[in-house]
Formats: sequence, C-alpha cells, structure tokens
Amino acid sequence: MNQKLKQKIAFFLFRLFSFFIVGILVSILGFIVINGIGVINWDFLTKSPTDGMTAGGIFPAIVGTFYLVIGSLIFAVPLGVMSAIYTTEYAGNGYIVRFIRLMTNNLASVPSIVFGLFGMALFVNNLGFGDSILAGSLTLGLLTLPLIIRTSEEALKAVPDAYRSGSLALGASKLQTIRKVVLPTALPNILTGVILSIGRVSGETAPILFTVAAYFLPNLPQSIFDQAMALPYHLYVLATSGTDLEASRPMAYGTALVLIVIVLVFNLSATLLRQRLNKKFKQN
Amino acid sequence: MIKVKDINFYYGDFHALKDISIRIKPNTVTAFIGPSGCGKSTFLRLFNRMNDLIADTRLEGECLIDGKDIYGKSVDVDKLRKNVGMVFQKPNPFPKSIFENVAYGLRVNGMNDKKKIAQRVENSLISAALWDEVRDKLNKSAFELSGGQQQRLCIARALAVNPKILLMDEPASALDPISTSKIEELIHQLKEDYTIVIVTHNMQQAARVSDKTGFFMLGELIEYSDTKKMFLKPDKETTQNYITGRFG
Amino acid sequence: MAQKNLLGKIIEKAAESLLTVSGALTTIAILFITIFLFKEGFGLFKTPGIEDGYGLYVNPENPVNQLRPSDIKNMYDEEITNWNAVGGTDREIMVFRIDDVFDYYSDEDLGENYSLLPEKLGHIISDHKNIIAYVPEEFAPSAAQGAKEVKVLNTTVSDFFLGKEWLPTATPSPLFGSLPLILGTLLVSLIAIVLALPLGLGVAVYLSELADERMRKFLKPVIELLAGIPSVVYGFFGLVVVAPLVQKAFNLPVGETAFTGGLILAIMALPTIISVAEDAISNTPRAMREASLALGATQWQTIRKVVIPYAGSGISAAAVLGIGRAVGETMAVLMITGNAAVIPTSIFEPVRTIPATIAAELGEAPSGGQHYQALFLLGCILFLISMMISVVSEMVSKKKNYKSV
Repeated sequence: MNQKLKQKIAFFLFRLFSFFIVGILVSILGFIVINGIGVINWDFLTKSPTDGMTAGGIFPAIVGTFYLVIGSLIFAVPLGVMSAIYTTEYAGNGYIVRFIRLMTNNLASVPSIVFGLFGMALFVNNLGFGDSILAGSLTLGLLTLPLIIRTSEEALKAVPDAYRSGSLALGASKLQTIRKVVLPTALPNILTGVILSIGRVSGETAPILFTVAAYFLPNLPQSIFDQAMALPYHLYVLATSGTDLEASRPMAYGTALVLIVIVLVFNLSATLLRQRLNKKFKQN
Repeated sequence: MIKVKDINFYYGDFHALKDISIRIKPNTVTAFIGPSGCGKSTFLRLFNRMNDLIADTRLEGECLIDGKDIYGKSVDVDKLRKNVGMVFQKPNPFPKSIFENVAYGLRVNGMNDKKKIAQRVENSLISAALWDEVRDKLNKSAFELSGGQQQRLCIARALAVNPKILLMDEPASALDPISTSKIEELIHQLKEDYTIVIVTHNMQQAARVSDKTGFFMLGELIEYSDTKKMFLKPDKETTQNYITGRFG
Repeated sequence: MAQKNLLGKIIEKAAESLLTVSGALTTIAILFITIFLFKEGFGLFKTPGIEDGYGLYVNPENPVNQLRPSDIKNMYDEEITNWNAVGGTDREIMVFRIDDVFDYYSDEDLGENYSLLPEKLGHIISDHKNIIAYVPEEFAPSAAQGAKEVKVLNTTVSDFFLGKEWLPTATPSPLFGSLPLILGTLLVSLIAIVLALPLGLGVAVYLSELADERMRKFLKPVIELLAGIPSVVYGFFGLVVVAPLVQKAFNLPVGETAFTGGLILAIMALPTIISVAEDAISNTPRAMREASLALGATQWQTIRKVVIPYAGSGISAAAVLGIGRAVGETMAVLMITGNAAVIPTSIFEPVRTIPATIAAELGEAPSGGQHYQALFLLGCILFLISMMISVVSEMVSKKKNYKSV
C-alpha cells in the first residue's frame, strides 16, 4: 500500500506539472493578447511610428521583417535543399555523410548571437556590405540552414525507394529521377520545413542586431544595401530603451502581439500541414 | 485451483474468446495448443490480468483462483501478479545485472534484507537450472547470456517471488533445440512445486511436458483432456485433424 | 542525338558537382565561423592593454619600464597609491591625464593647434619624478623632451579568463576579465536546469505513460507553441510580469536578477527537454515494461526502476540539450537579468551572461579595437561551449544502455 501511495503522489505531481506548463503558456499568450489587442488597428499596421515611438504604427518593422524572411529563404532554401539532396541521394552511408551530419548538427546548436557576431565580421565588415538587408538575410539564412537541411532530408528519405527504382528502370538518369520524381514527391514536406523556418526567422533578434536592424528609419528600405527595421528588434527597443518607456508600452504590446501572431500562424500551419501529409502517406 | 466458467472476451467488437470453461488442478502442467490467432495467449493472459493493459477490452464470465474471483472489485492486481507469474515468448531481461534481474521482483515487493535476497536469488537460479552457469558472474549484465540462458533467467526471476501459478507463453519458441529441451526438463522439475500453464504451438512439446492439454480454435476451447488421450484418441474430429497435421 | 546526349551528360556532371559542393556547405560554414571568431578574438592578446592611440609616460628617472593593464587601472582609480607597489621607488603616485595640462598652462601657451603641447608636457613630466601621464600619441613628448614611455603589457590569457573585473570602457586601461561573465552564465544556466529538468521529466513521464490520447493531443501542441515563442517575447514577458513579481515576493531592490533569468530560461528550455525525454521514454520496449508489471510491480515502480534507467541515455541527451539552449540564450537574458558585469554573490542579484554582454556592448565597441576583440573572444567561448554540447549530446544519445543499471 506504501507503493500505491507513492504512485498516487508521483502521478499527481506529474499531472500538476503538465497543467502548470499549460498555465505558463496561457499566461504568456494572455498577457500579450489582452494588453496588445486594444492597440491593433488598421493604422497601427500600416503607418510609421511617430512621437518618439509612442504613437503611430509599426508598418516599417513589418515590411523589414518581410524582406528579411524572404532574403533568408532565398539563400537557405536552394542551398539547403541541394545539400540535403546530396546527403540523401548521392553520398551513401560512410564516414563522409556522418561527418557532414555532425557538422550540420553543430551548426544547428550555434547560439544566435554567435551568428550575429559572425555575420557582422564577415558580411558587414569584411565583405563590406555594411548594415544592410543583404547582410541580415545572409546571416539569418545561415541560421536557418540546418533546419531546412534537416527537414528536407527527412522529406527526401520519406520518398519510397520503389519510385526511384521505377524511374531508373525506365532508363532515366539519376538527376532526372530526382528532378521529376523524388523532388516533386518530397516537395510538400520540404515546404513544411520552409514554413517552420519562416516562423523561426521572423522572431530572431540577436542575428540582426548588428547586421541590419535600425531603431528608426524615416523611409522604407529601397535596396538590399539599406538598413531595415524589424519586428523583434522593434519590440526589444520599445521595451528597454527609447525616450519614454511608459508611454511606448502600448506600442510594445502591439508589436509583441503582431510578432506572436505571425510566428504562431506559421508554426501552426507547418504542424497542421505535416499532420495532413502524414495521414496521406499512411493511407498510401 | 483455477476455475474458469463461461468466459467471453472481446477486443473492441472482436469476439476473441467464446464460452470457455475449464478447471486446472494444482501441481499439474496444462498445455494450450492450437493454430495461430486462436486466442490461447489471450486466454493465458486472463489469469494474471495482463490484458488489462490493452485498451477497449471486455470480459464476461467468472475466473476464480483458489475460489476467489480475480476480477472482483477489491482485488489487488499487483498482488495477483505476484502470485501468478509469467514467462514471455521472447526473453526480456532488464538492463541490469543477472543478480539484480532476479532480485527485482523481491525488491519491488518490499524485501530489504540483503541476506534474504541473496538466498532467494540463489534458490531461484537453482530452480531454474541456471545457477551453475552464472554463479561466478552474478554482477555481469544479463544481456551477456545466450538466448536460452536469458529465458531461464526470466524463469528464475518469475520464481523468485514465489508464485503459486506459473504462466508460460510459448517460452521456447525463440530458442534453439538444446535450450528448448533444457526448458522442458525444467518444467518437469518445477511441476512439483508450482502449477504450470503453458501455451505452445509445438504439439510435440505439449505432448512431452503436459499432463492435460486444451485445444483452442477460433476462440473456442474445442477439447480439453488428459494429454495421452488427446494425442492418441481425441474425442473431436477437428482435434484429430489438427493433431495429424491436416491443417496448421 | 549524340550531341544532345553529350550536352546532357555535361550538365549532369555539373549538377552533380554542384550538389556535392553544397553538401559541404555546413562544414564550410563552421570552418569560417571558427576562423573569423578566433582570428578576431585572439588579436586581443597581441594588443597593448591601453586605449588605442594613447601612451603612458613617466619621468626618465622612474625605474619602472612596463606596467600591466590591471595595475594601470588601479593606479588611475587610486587603489594603488605608491610606486613601490608596481616595482618603482617609494613615492606617492601622481596621476595625470591630458586635460590636466590646463592646470599648468593656458591655451596660448600651448601654441597654435597645440604645436607646443608635447614640449610643455615634457616639462611637466621632468618636473615631477612621481608622475604618470596618460596622453594621446600625437602629442606625446619624446625622450629628448624629458619623458620616458612606459610599455603597456598586452592583456594576457589569464587576465582574460581569470580576471575578476570586466571594465571594457575604462581609461586609460580597459580591463577584460571575463570571470564575472562566465560565472554569471553558469549561475543562470544552473538555475534554469535545476528548475527545468525535474519539471520536464515529470511532464515527459506524464505524456508517455499516463496521459490518454486526448490529453496527449492537447499537450503536444501546447509544448510546440511554447517552443515557438521568440526569445524577445519571453524577455518582454519576464521584464514586465515576472521581474516585478520576483521583486515583491523576495523583497528585493530590483526584480532583474539571476534568479529571474533562470526562471525564464527554464521555461524556454522545457520544450526541448520534454520532447527529447518523452521520445526516449516511449521507445522503451513493451516487453520490458510487461516483465516488470508481471512481477507485481506498480506502474510507478516500473517507470522508476526499468523505464527511466533504460531511457537514461535519451534523458541525459535531453538534459544536455536543455543546458545548451540555456547557455546560448541572448535576448531574454539581456532583458531580465539586469546589467551588472560583476561576480554574483547571490542568485537574487543582477548578473551578466556572455551572450548578453556581446549583444549589449558590440554596438558601442569600435571595430577592430580591443573591446571588439574581447567580445569576439567571448563569442569564441560561446561557440566552443555549444560545439561541446552538440558533440556530447550526440555521444550520449548513441550510447545504448546495456550495462548494469
């Protein structure tokens, strides 16, 4: 009976922990939604900030984030997918592939601030791009590269070998097989990885601190060599500096809400997409 | 000592066991035979309520051990499982040392005395005919033993907690012929102290080890009688057909 | 037809080469990051420990020829007041900065464009045997003008790793002792792991052993949502909600402390710990679980004595990855642990971690200067730690638990 009691206590605690976690999520989301929802209106989303960040909108930050996300994908997706194609279709299983996978895992565990440091050293200073959307996109692209590679590898691995054999048996070359059969089949899952990466990149601050982010720009960026504002950096600045912390608080809440909505929408879409695709695979 | 009356068992909508009644006397070896999927393992697992672990199952009928309904409301399932031990088809030792594997059941049921535990471990390993082979390496990992030895270890582990009944679900099907015959010899010896119920798809094995045999098919207990009779002159034609290999 | 085939083959070969090269991408990236970080960072040890473009000058009779950066800082802070503490004779130190020249001369005395400044400085220095003057190189008096330059030693490796003071903007000598930052990082990460590991394990056990299908379908998205919240949002939440709570609950002067940081980091590390541990636990073979239950063990006993030991390597991997997440976290920590780059004496004080320091100071550090280099050195430390964590977690999760446990 002592054992039964111990079990009851332990299981009760674990149940409690799980509800606690739900509670944390609810408090964080609730905190932002409740405080931020009042700030959101059409003007907020489409105008520039005014009055020392205490009024106006966050349109430039939204635009900046948009450019940075697209920029990072332009670098990370083609390169990442190609890298994944190499490791799954060409490289076999020897120590080369294992080494590459190790390096990819290592890259994945590099802290985001180190990416920012590196991005500044290489793109901003060494290559002379300066604080620019180009430098920021390259840095963010590097950050998200391991994620794209990993999800693309899984997507490619999930394509049945039978498809490959069927195509090769008809006389198609390996490259043709990949282009016409494997890649199209894996595309939906690769897409899931891309959507996930959008969610991730939108929220990153450290890599853009010294490569692209600006506190306030009177005009929208016109070229890739311009600086840009970005949502996560905007939130950081509103929350910790700026001329009048109390007065810009509502703007901060609004920014946080917009940021969270974007991130969560993309994360959720990726998860849902993955679930639907898995169902389809199971049916097949 | 085991008395089962009008048992019906369902996996969801699937009627897995149909109107089974059987009596098993103490200190006997009873074998259940029959083609794959006929329900014999399911029936075996009724006696230690391992089917409780599967979701969406339903049991109707009576299942008494020593006169007590083991599915009654007040039954302590953990205690039941101490009294009704089980050996599984594939050896499944814990990732622990040989000694700790056998001692596991004792510790888990509250025994703390080091000397007592050591004594019980030794006795169980002797009963399982494994002691001589492992006495020098009790602290080695159980995974270092061969398949046959691992299975005997699992038997020792089950015996350590002193069950009255030992359930064996195809205990030798994953083993080589030599290990198999060692296990069968073991069953002979264990009969003196335990009541054994063994499920096997190997008819010759059933003929070799058991006192009584039950033939299952498609969830029904077709025939249940003394082993000698079952194999020489069974009552039912289906039994005869199965035994002579007309179908598998 | 043959021509088309040849072109096709060339294109194929080219494409395959391209693919092969892209396979090496992550390796190249790691290589480049390593090179850039270390090249820039280690430059610190090759630079004299005084603000760039400045020099130190003393009276020619002063026997001291070289000084360590920490000594210079202590002299100018008046923590060292006598020359004999730094190898000179027994004389009280007279500290002189370039602006002090106006105590002796007027603007006209110094000539047009300060052309006479070096000469005047030389006079001042020769007049005072116990002076030490901190002046820009362009106005430095020469030996002929009566001054002797003191060589400033470089920041050494032990200065950096064992130094207890992080004062990157001090003049004349910035100090780059990273010990407060290293300890701050360790402290916050330790708090985070101590909180997150038991909590995460408990939830992992709940998810894999106790929860029914409905609960699992509900909890898994919750954990994924938590994992997706950006670091800066966690920082914002910590700043506005948690820090004031901590301040009130523990009666502190400020709520921005190591403890608050550890709290938020724990929440951020939880999703990683939970998913890796849950994976490991649910991969325990059913047969092993059944064997334990068949012996009369309760479910909790089975979990404690069989399942968790079996999943041990996976759970360790979860812990290591959680630690990795905590150590490398920047924005949340920057916003809520306060801003004190000092060695922490209690968990309820503000601290600074390595990532937060880099983020907070890189904007101010002139490119190529010592501060810049020191921050890159910090980046090297961070990079190395994260590499170690990645390798350790790989090793730990590959090890199968067959031995006695």
